Amino acid sequence: MITVKLRKKPFNTTSFLVHLFMGLAALVFLFPFYWMIISSTMSLAQLGQFPPRLVPGNHLISNWNTLTSMLPLVRGFFNSLFISTTTTALQLFFCSLAGYTFAKYNFPGREKLFITLLATMMIPSAVGLIPWYIMMSKFHWVDQYQALIVPSMVSAFGIFWMRQFITSSVPDELLQAARIDGCSDFGIYWRIVVPIILPGLGALGIMTFMGVWNDYLAPLVIIRTLTKYTLPLIIGVMSSNLGTRVHLQLLGATFATLPVLIVFFFASSRFISGLTAGAIKG
Amino acid sequence: MAVVTKTKRTDWPELWHEVKRNRWAYLFIAPFFIIFAVFGLFPPLYGFFISFFKWDLLTPMSYVGLSNYVRIFSDNLFWLSVLNVILFTIAEAVPEIVIALTAAYLLDTYIRRLRSTYLAAFFSPSVTSSVAVSLVFGAFFGIHYGIVNAVLRLVNLEPVRWMEQPTPMKVVLVVLLLWRWLGWDMVIFLAGLQTISHEYYEAALVDGANRFQIFIRITVPLIRSVMLYVVITATIGTLQLFAEPRLLSNELGGRANSLLTPVMYIYQMGFGYFRFGYASAIAYVLFILILGASILNLRFLRQSE
Repeated sequence: MITVKLRKKPFNTTSFLVHLFMGLAALVFLFPFYWMIISSTMSLAQLGQFPPRLVPGNHLISNWNTLTSMLPLVRGFFNSLFISTTTTALQLFFCSLAGYTFAKYNFPGREKLFITLLATMMIPSAVGLIPWYIMMSKFHWVDQYQALIVPSMVSAFGIFWMRQFITSSVPDELLQAARIDGCSDFGIYWRIVVPIILPGLGALGIMTFMGVWNDYLAPLVIIRTLTKYTLPLIIGVMSSNLGTRVHLQLLGATFATLPVLIVFFFASSRFISGLTAGAIKG
Repeated sequence: MAVVTKTKRTDWPELWHEVKRNRWAYLFIAPFFIIFAVFGLFPPLYGFFISFFKWDLLTPMSYVGLSNYVRIFSDNLFWLSVLNVILFTIAEAVPEIVIALTAAYLLDTYIRRLRSTYLAAFFSPSVTSSVAVSLVFGAFFGIHYGIVNAVLRLVNLEPVRWMEQPTPMKVVLVVLLLWRWLGWDMVIFLAGLQTISHEYYEAALVDGANRFQIFIRITVPLIRSVMLYVVITATIGTLQLFAEPRLLSNELGGRANSLLTPVMYIYQMGFGYFRFGYASAIAYVLFILILGASILNLRFLRQSE
């Protein structure tokens, strides 16, 4: 006992040093966000001060008015919100349904189909970019949101993720009992499985939403009209439209990242633990 | 399906019965396979087809045989873009994996309280828009308003024209990528570390091993599969870089094309010059390079086992 206690003392010093180091590193990591936010509240003159100003300025409102008079930022926010929400909802439904099937049904060809599904994740998306665009133009889907939503309504990763989650969290007995009670195949999924897998759906939902919200290449290729631009597209044209007005560019960047950051910090502990749980099983 | 029919050739009726009994299962997984066939599988196949044509989408396509592929061999700009991403991959992935693994090990070994707070801070850059953070980094390292140069001036160093010179531009991009993905890798490594029982560590401590020896001899070998996953996803992701270098270089690749990447080049060829056949051929060469890099990673990490 005594030796154990003696050993613990230097251990605590190390632990303190690790805390100190991690704390400082965390602040360094967050600093670009802090600088982005305070810079977006400054005038250009305040931003150019030397030594640099590290507290917020007082030009947020006028910056906002200038920026939104030049670019449809709020419109872009709602465009992104619409695409992300629709895609996420569709993906949660189709991925959990297929994930449930791969986890709990024993049908001929299951292994083959599942391996095929995993193999599809190996195809790099850039390979299909040009032909995908040509296809969209043949469908007359250029400048239409369905070009972004329909191809992403179900994903191999999402199915894989839900299968892992359902295998470990939904007991077979429960499904058998429901079947004996005369529940239909879809009824079992909808009324028994879905309520159990809500945490898994939450983590997949956050990942999907963020992926779609931040996507740049697909909207860049598809969307033409400024009023249909997603938020990343608007942020993307800011550097050429606003030139050297860095404070306005940073306000745009703040507008695009801050809501996501706030949601993330509130959900982070559950999200990260969901992510690590999934990774362990995988 | 094919295998089942081969091994149980006599059981056709039974197989059909099984398939019929599971008809709902096929219906439930059908959406993925339909969507994938149309939007995931068809485009690459179609791309292979049009890579043998000259086509600007406005005039009829004309067959040119292998000449698109032949031209790639002497296209210095394309190979420069490949060299660029190989450089970015090495410059980013190596420090990222070393730092992320070390940090995850420290968190796993020494820290209980506040662990998720630290993780949230490190992870936060991964959840934000690549376009927005590229813009922030461009401004951060900017010549007039950037805080990095302001700090350099404070300590009496010459300000650097970060965004205008080839090597500093590359440095900024690599720093951005490190900042953006370090937390992601840390979380994945931490998940792997949590599967290792601490009894191994205690046994090694009793045998007189120090923490560093434990890390190298026990931890690293045990999470080799996690490492493989991180290395392969980092490689595939970096080889397909697009948004960050495009935004940092005002869309064109920057001075001396120092930030030009293959996907930027494909985009330029297709949507800038309307050379869709040539762009598709480049995409295929890139695909083969990515495949080769993944196989190389697998080989290398298997061999070191």
